[in-house]
Amino acid sequence: MAKKGWKRPPMTWKRFKNQLLSVIGNPFNVIVAITLIVLFIFIIIPLLTMIQNTFVTTRGALKEVRKLYPDAQVGSYTLYSWRYLFGAENFVSSGGMGLKGTLIYVNLLEPLFNSLIVGLFVTVISVPLGALMAWLMVRTDIPAKGLLSSLILIPYMIPSWCKALSWLTVFRTPEYGGFYGLLTGLGINVPDWLAYGPIAIIIVMTMHYYAFSYIMVSGALRSINSELEEMGEIQGANKVQILKSITLPLVLPSILSATIMTVSKSIGTYGVAARLGEPAGYHVLATKMKYFLGQSSTEAVGYILSIVMILLAASTIFINQRLIGTRKSYATIGGKGTRSNLIPLGGAKWPMLIFLAVFIIVAMFMPLFFLVMESFQIIPGGGYSPSNLTLYAWAGELENAPNTAFDREGLFANPLFFHSLWNTVKLSLIASIITAVFGQFFGYITTRGRGKWYGNAVEQLIFIPYLMSGVAFSAIYYAMFSQPHLGGLIPSLTGTFMLILLVSIVKHFPFASRSGSSNMMQISVELEEAATINGAGFWRRIRSVIIPLARHGFLSGFLLSFISIAKELDLIAILITSEENYTLSFLSFTYAETMPQAGDAICIIIIAFILITNKIADKFGGNVSKSM
Amino acid sequence: MSKIVLSHIDKFYGENHVLRDINLTIEDGDFMTLLGPSGCGKTTTLRVVSGLEKPQNGTMTIDGRTIINAAEAFYEAPSKRGLNLVFQSYALWPHMTVFQNVAFGLKIKKMKKAEIEETVMRALKTMRIEEYRNRYPNELSGGQQQRVAIARAIASSPKLLLLDEPLSNLDARLRIDMRAELKRLHKETGTTIIYVTHDQVEALTMSTKIALFKEGEISQIDTPLGLYTNPIDLQAADFIGNPRINFVEAKGLYNGDKLFVTSEFGVYTYDHETLKLDEDIPENESFDCVLGLRPEMVDIYTKDPGHKNTVAAKIYANQPAGSETLVTLTVGQTEFLAIQVGLVEYDMNQDVFVVLHPGRMNVYNKKTGRLIKFAKTKHKAGVDD
Repeated sequence: MAKKGWKRPPMTWKRFKNQLLSVIGNPFNVIVAITLIVLFIFIIIPLLTMIQNTFVTTRGALKEVRKLYPDAQVGSYTLYSWRYLFGAENFVSSGGMGLKGTLIYVNLLEPLFNSLIVGLFVTVISVPLGALMAWLMVRTDIPAKGLLSSLILIPYMIPSWCKALSWLTVFRTPEYGGFYGLLTGLGINVPDWLAYGPIAIIIVMTMHYYAFSYIMVSGALRSINSELEEMGEIQGANKVQILKSITLPLVLPSILSATIMTVSKSIGTYGVAARLGEPAGYHVLATKMKYFLGQSSTEAVGYILSIVMILLAASTIFINQRLIGTRKSYATIGGKGTRSNLIPLGGAKWPMLIFLAVFIIVAMFMPLFFLVMESFQIIPGGGYSPSNLTLYAWAGELENAPNTAFDREGLFANPLFFHSLWNTVKLSLIASIITAVFGQFFGYITTRGRGKWYGNAVEQLIFIPYLMSGVAFSAIYYAMFSQPHLGGLIPSLTGTFMLILLVSIVKHFPFASRSGSSNMMQISVELEEAATINGAGFWRRIRSVIIPLARHGFLSGFLLSFISIAKELDLIAILITSEENYTLSFLSFTYAETMPQAGDAICIIIIAFILITNKIADKFGGNVSKSM
Repeated sequence: MSKIVLSHIDKFYGENHVLRDINLTIEDGDFMTLLGPSGCGKTTTLRVVSGLEKPQNGTMTIDGRTIINAAEAFYEAPSKRGLNLVFQSYALWPHMTVFQNVAFGLKIKKMKKAEIEETVMRALKTMRIEEYRNRYPNELSGGQQQRVAIARAIASSPKLLLLDEPLSNLDARLRIDMRAELKRLHKETGTTIIYVTHDQVEALTMSTKIALFKEGEISQIDTPLGLYTNPIDLQAADFIGNPRINFVEAKGLYNGDKLFVTSEFGVYTYDHETLKLDEDIPENESFDCVLGLRPEMVDIYTKDPGHKNTVAAKIYANQPAGSETLVTLTVGQTEFLAIQVGLVEYDMNQDVFVVLHPGRMNVYNKKTGRLIKFAKTKHKAGVDD
């Protein structure tokens, strides 16, 4: 059969003019064009620059590069960094240790293996955990639901590196930590494998990344009409069968999306692994990469590791797509019949309640308690007797220090603290508002352009920052904006607040856009068409129809970005080059080495800031658990 | 004044050819119904007229003004076409009250406040929902929401009103009320209406004209009566009418002047002037044809009435339904359905006599499926046909 479809009529001047006018005259097209340009500049170019930089000789690496390439100049292209990692000599074992004696093992295979182990366990534990919690909260009659739902996402609002600090307050050993922890202080010998390394990292990350699965699965569960489950009941299926053959397949796409997020996040996170792994020499890809990035001669090697991490994350997406395919992505299930009848838990009611309560205690109350307690201690791990308690870390002047271990003034006596607090407030509010606004536009474009080339292009471009570890992402921005661009139109941004802001915004595009599209999906196209028919232009539709209806979703999306940016450490650590740009998280990071009490105190302040903002947004209808 | 002419409209979604060479003229004041099963292109046609879809080929004019000229990629903006649309889902803005919903388009037209108030209230009064002006859509029942949607569409006094399956979300009783309401609205305002539905009862009761759609094409444009009595092909005949038309297998012979149709009912002879001569009718050879017999055109007698078109039949089944009775009969191997007014009782296998009216039957060429002999549209009492 001949190829069907439409034959384009001949191009005439009039036709050309009308087509041009209709493309330019429609603000939507203009916005799509601007979006694609913005995404190209801030996502594609950095990615390409990073790949390019693995070949470029930097001033810092010149001496090392010349050992292999005697003619190399600054800026010349060599394979030095690739040979540094993959050169033949790296595969030669030394010291009779087999594979473990090779450089490739130390530099790449061991951290890769460790990252895979951490990623695998965190995902395997936290995704089902979050999904189960979501199911209990959305679909069952579990008691105390109101209280639980206000607490269940708070562990996510505690920065993961604060949880790592909190872990250390309990399990720290003087050999590696320099200070006593609660247990060693009590004379209990904490084995190193528990205090530091994979187990500690997996536990802390699990208490954090359950949130992805919880948020996504609860969103999916809410959109399922309970009639679908009731139909199963009428057909004679029991509760387990209904869960297995109706509910689970329907939320499977969201579970798999949560899996992707958890895998790439747990592989890419630097802070937790650095705190809990590095002291004992346990390296994952993220910490190894940071190590390479931190040395001028091996910066590009860090980029190669970052590419490895991107490939790792991209392969989970590939596997994911093979598993669900596009046919099964029924993201929206019927707009009708939101009536949902809860499933009675019966005898399982109390055990399930206890399960959730234990989780909240372990993931929220205990970390907070230990952080608060240590912030008041004179000697960490020295017990909670009044003689060991002080307000010094919060407000003490240097001359009143209880002992010489305190090498800096307490927070409220330190102008740098207030400066950092101001920076954190400024950064997190500005960045998350801008991110959320962009996210709604991206969501609008991807939902209205679903199946069209530009919709798909935006959807795919937007996801790239997610695959890049925060440390690598900021390193590349640092490199890119260290010189002026476009003849000075874009000045050098090194050491500016602007650069930190820019990185924070772009890195959070994926989340914000996800949130935006789930929000826009709920606004039927017909509502807009009805406005078009009544004479409303594009901006009028946005103003009178989209914005009023998208308000709550926007606030939820704002919260999602806000929580993430306010507690961000990995992303901005490299970019902060002077005290001028300190944020609370970075200040805590610098304090934690010498004065952990103040580091803990800063954590508490960050958590309080997040909780207060969350509370305020909640008043206006924002809700993180409905943000994706 | 509003005459709409669509010519040679084609619409593709990728390789999918959803509208095929649509030609349709809607006269001023018409109530034109686009009728067809789901997926036949009727809603797409409506959206093309409204401006929400852009066809790849064809032109459209309203009162001679060019609205669409696909060859020149010219598509007038929806708001400049002087029309309004009622969506199947109503598409009421949930964050606006009834008043705000109706006033929205007027505000965009920069109408004065007092005038808006007056216009909105007039529309609400027409639809008899003025007491709900401050309610939000989710505080209204389905029927009330429907009225708001129509009020919103008529508030701007459009020259052309488009309705996309507006009654499909209502229950049966409300549907009958709203049918009357819409018919009255059409008479009162004189607005040209294009109405999309898959429900033939809606089409037959309300329209002045019906365009019957089949797989992206218009198969027939006619008045409701014309469409009912003379469906253009077997599919159309099957689709129109409830209960369905009876198809009776027969043999035809056409001698260039008269058509002889032989079935188990006997031999019928049709004159030249009743035939549709632009259709394929084989000459001087026997060919398969199909008789179309509407159930209400069968008269049943328990004693031989002595009519010339009487045939002996047997009762196969009997379904009394209050106001009417459905009777299944057999004549030889031929089974067909008859409908009698009121409650009538027959026994199973009872022998009866049926009087048939060959003049009121349609004849279709079985091979092409097309109508080759018109049924009479008007019957005089007491005249044998």
